[in-house]
Amino acid sequence: MPPDSQPAAAPAPDVPAPNPPPQPGLFELFIAFAKMSLAGFGGVLVWARRGIVEQHRWMTAEEFNETFALCHFLPGPNIVNLSVVFGSRFRGIAGGLAAFAGLVGPPMVIATVLAALYAHYGEIDALRRTLAGVACAAVGLLVAVVLKMMMPLIKRRDVIGLLILVAVFVAIGFIRWPLQIVLLVAIPLSLAITIFARRRGKA
Amino acid sequence: MTEPPNPIATVIWTFALMSLFAVGGANSAIPEMHRVAVDVRHWMTDKQFADVFAISQLSPGPNVLIVTLIGYSVAGIAGAVAATVAMCGPTALLAYYVSRFLERSRDARWPAIVQAALVPLSIGLMAASALILARTSDQSWIAALITIAAAALAFATRLNPFWMLLAGGILGFAGVV
Repeated sequence: MPPDSQPAAAPAPDVPAPNPPPQPGLFELFIAFAKMSLAGFGGVLVWARRGIVEQHRWMTAEEFNETFALCHFLPGPNIVNLSVVFGSRFRGIAGGLAAFAGLVGPPMVIATVLAALYAHYGEIDALRRTLAGVACAAVGLLVAVVLKMMMPLIKRRDVIGLLILVAVFVAIGFIRWPLQIVLLVAIPLSLAITIFARRRGKA
Repeated sequence: MTEPPNPIATVIWTFALMSLFAVGGANSAIPEMHRVAVDVRHWMTDKQFADVFAISQLSPGPNVLIVTLIGYSVAGIAGAVAATVAMCGPTALLAYYVSRFLERSRDARWPAIVQAALVPLSIGLMAASALILARTSDQSWIAALITIAAAALAFATRLNPFWMLLAGGILGFAGVV
C-alpha cells in the first residue's frame, strides 16, 4: 500500500465534454462492462478487448495488453481485476466500482437464477442428463485453454517451465495437496529459477 | 485459523483467502474449491460440483461466477453475494494499489519476471482443474469422447464455445452420455 500519498484527487477532470480521447463516465463504464460480460461465454477477455480497444477506443492495444498482463500476474479473477484497474484509471475508486458492478452484477443475477432453478429442479432426470452433457463439453473447453497456454512453453522448449507445470499438476490434481501449501513452495522456487535463468541468459 | 460458526462467515473467509492464491484466475482455483466444498466442508457432492461448473460455464460472464453458485448452495442469495464479493474484493483491491504503484515507478521489469514465473504454475493448476472435473463428468467413453471433441474444436477453431456446450447438452438430453 502506498504510504506516501493520499488517494490523489480523482484523476479525471470534471468536464464531461466528449473530448477526442473520450473519458467514460461512471454509467458508461457500468454499461460497457455489463455488455462485455453478458456477451462472454467461456471467458470475457475477448469481448473486453473488443469493447475497450476497438469499439470505445478507451485504450490502445498496447495499453490493454500491459494492463491485462498486470492483472494476469496478480492473483484472483483476471478480468475482474482488469475492470477495477481500468475503471479507476478514468474515474478513481468510483469508476473501479462501476466497472466491477457492471462486469459482475448482471451475470451474477443470471447465475443466481440458474442456481435457484437447479436447486429446485436439479433432480429431474432430463435436466440431470442435459447438465451432464454440458459438463463434458465444459471440461473439454478447459482442456483446450490449457493446451493453448502450453503451446508457447512447448515451442520455446522451456523444459524447466514444463517440469514445474507437471509438478503442480500432480501435487494438486493427483495428490490433492492444499493449494496454499503447494504455492508457497512452488512460487519462490519458480521465481528463483526464472531469475537465475534470465541472469545466465544475459551473461 | 478459528472456525466461524456462521456459514456466511465461513464462505467469506474461505473465498477471500482462496482468491489471494488464485494464480492465473478463477479456473486455477477450481481444485481448491472442489477440495474445500466437497471434501472438507461437505457443502456439495462430487456430482453437484460438476453440475455447478457446467452451469457456471453456461451462464455468460467471468469464470469467477462458479463461486456465486457454490455460495448459493451454502446459504442462498446472501451466500451467493458473499462468495462473489469475497472472491473478487481482496484481489481487486490489490490490483488497484499495484497498478497505481506501477504507474508511478514505471519499472516494468519485475512484473514480466513474476509473470514468467507464474505462467507454468497457473497452467498446471488449470490442468488439475480439468482432471478433477473430468474424473466426475467423464464416466462413460462417450462422455470422454464429447470432452475430447470439445477440446479439439475449441483448440483448433474459433467457434463460439457456447455451441459446444449446447451440443453437449443436447447429447446429454438425448441420453447418449
